[in-house]
Amino acid sequence: MRHILSMLVENESGALSRIAGLFSARGYNIESLTVAPTDEPTLSRMTLVTWGNDDIVEQIKKQLNKLIDVVKLQDLSEGEHIEREMMLIKLRAARPDRDELMRLVDIFRAKIIDVTDLSFVVELTGASKKLDAFIKAVPEALITEVVRSGATGISRGEKGLTV
Amino acid sequence: MRSASVDQSQTDQQPPARASAAPDVAPPLLSGAEITIQALIDEGVEFVFGYPGGAVLHIYDALFKRGDAIKHILVRHEQGATHAADGYARATGKVGVCLVTSGPGATNAVTGIATAHLDSIPMVVITGQVPTPVIGSDAFQEVDTVGITRPCVKHNFLVKRVEDLALTIKKAFYIASSGRPGPVVVDIPKDVTDPNIKIPYEYPAAVHMRSYSPALRGHHGQIKKAVEKMLAAKRPVIYTGGGVVLGDASAQLSALVRALGYPITSTLMGLGAYPMTDKLFLGMLGMHGTYEANMAMHETDCLIAIGARFDDRVTGKIEHFCPHAEIIHVDVDPSSISKTVKVHVPIVGPVQSVLTDMLAVLAELGRTPDQDALAAWWQQIDAWKGIDCLRYDRTSQVIKPQFAVETLYKVTNGELFLTSDVGQHQMFAAQFYPFDKPRRWINSGGLGTMGFGLPAAMGVQLAYPDAPVACISGEASILMCIQEMATCKQYGLPIKVILLNNGYMGMVRQWQEFFYESRYAHSYVDALPDFVQLAESFGHVGMRVEQPDELESAMREAFAMRDRFVFLDVIVDPTENVYPMIAAGKGHHEMELPPTMSERELA
Repeated sequence: MRHILSMLVENESGALSRIAGLFSARGYNIESLTVAPTDEPTLSRMTLVTWGNDDIVEQIKKQLNKLIDVVKLQDLSEGEHIEREMMLIKLRAARPDRDELMRLVDIFRAKIIDVTDLSFVVELTGASKKLDAFIKAVPEALITEVVRSGATGISRGEKGLTV
Repeated sequence: MRSASVDQSQTDQQPPARASAAPDVAPPLLSGAEITIQALIDEGVEFVFGYPGGAVLHIYDALFKRGDAIKHILVRHEQGATHAADGYARATGKVGVCLVTSGPGATNAVTGIATAHLDSIPMVVITGQVPTPVIGSDAFQEVDTVGITRPCVKHNFLVKRVEDLALTIKKAFYIASSGRPGPVVVDIPKDVTDPNIKIPYEYPAAVHMRSYSPALRGHHGQIKKAVEKMLAAKRPVIYTGGGVVLGDASAQLSALVRALGYPITSTLMGLGAYPMTDKLFLGMLGMHGTYEANMAMHETDCLIAIGARFDDRVTGKIEHFCPHAEIIHVDVDPSSISKTVKVHVPIVGPVQSVLTDMLAVLAELGRTPDQDALAAWWQQIDAWKGIDCLRYDRTSQVIKPQFAVETLYKVTNGELFLTSDVGQHQMFAAQFYPFDKPRRWINSGGLGTMGFGLPAAMGVQLAYPDAPVACISGEASILMCIQEMATCKQYGLPIKVILLNNGYMGMVRQWQEFFYESRYAHSYVDALPDFVQLAESFGHVGMRVEQPDELESAMREAFAMRDRFVFLDVIVDPTENVYPMIAAGKGHHEMELPPTMSERELA
């Protein structure tokens, strides 16, 4: 099963490589990893998407918690949560395809943020699945470039992941 | 992720407590080099095992000036420094300390760091680094030490500012010695130790880290549940590991085992935590464990695992592991629990505290196990013991390695610190030298590092200068750190090397005989030195024994030389194999027994 793990980690130079290294050393899957500082300058927030059976995911969480730089960890998939990923996608938008692409952009509530005679850059935000669906909906031959941020997420309700 | 490191003191929720009592006395002004040495002194470090080089010259200069307060042991290779610090830590329970230079100094230390990591040994390794302005420029003797050691340490630090140095060293000792212990590397660039930059020094008395809080007690409800299950068992087995030794829980373990009267077996790393000469002890389990221990594991209905990690050399094939058992597992490291084998009652906590709580619950309940079931179980175990799985040819005209270990036991009356290298001699020692106390059996179990034994013995002998210390080794292993004989000479360490010389990498040869139709690919060491002359050339005593009837007197002679390092070259049977053996991919009930035994005995 796919899990979204959210972590607060010490904002230190080696922290990212410790986490990435753990996944490669122990042969765990990693789908995406995003990281950026938070409002608290000594902490970074990391969102990691992985998959595996329950035993493996349990072990991944234990191993992550064991890292000295990991301050807190939450498995967002265990409760109600919101997942968001941002995608920039460059499309071949020559005359005959332009209208159809604009309709798709409308349907997915995406935005066209760059236009030339021959291309669009489309910005789309949503759960990773929605981004997958958009890529699938666009004719393959019209896709020039896909840039995805990797998933981030937050739990619903009043409780937060804080130290 | 910010590339610059954050001031580490900011990352703590509370400011560190101050060590000095009088706040009106200004703290002394020290350079980074002096801080490094003073912090070690303030930490109570007795020995630093090290080797100087360019990046640590400032530190060595500071050490030179404080030679009164801390002893430096100059090894002959950085691997030796790490193993010696490791041996010291295993024998004493204190943190072992190394000091090595950048680049090759650090890479040479990696094997020893990984050895300590896999056996959870508390160690602090200080490595020099090139000055911060040239880090990343492929400078002379530069390697990314923090990057190289990351997967084989409990934690590591690169200190970028002298202001962070004292606190970082404090954290390193705290992390290394608490929770599940392990090695911590502190990488210090040369400019951070600049003798011309002095700052006020205060060593924190304690440190708090918001991201690190090892468990201090086990969960009471779980402990109660475990005791209930233990009492209800019909065919219980207690299986203990190195965690009992590391957690200093020998006394509590013995009390629990004796209160229950249950059979106990131990991993290679746990030997000695429970007296091996006691009748409740079944011998070691696992790949070269005894028949009775492994069969008991296979038949048990309640496995009580304490400070053991279900290593593959212990479990054999997981599908066949303890098929009938409910498993209770006590470990201080939550990630050890249900890692390879699913357990039913996990208890996360230090072994000593959990066992103390278990004894209290047991007393509170005031119940005893089912004595009829237990008597039947012991009857079954005694039948397995009757197979005498460690039998070997005692009439042999050549020295059998088993006989050599038994003679060593006889000569030393079981009062010995015995370090080991890796291979057949290690297994024979584990099988034939019954240790009755913890921290007496010192070997590389997890990583299986050849070359560990001799330098580890140096650390042990330094910690206990008056105790008999021996290193059992093979002619292949000993050559991997043979240079440390010079260190032994320099510091007058009266270690006894017991070399079981069979001319082969014995364990490799055994596997090639069993699994590669006796094709002995490069396991025969065709050109060996004359070990007697070699030892003498280092200024030591060398002896050679080839006849079984001369062995005991030779060993007595060696141990009688209380102030000399003696290298005893024992020529043993090159064809001997270690039995019992569970081949890879087999279960505990599928042991190979010595070939002299008839087929009826096989399970």
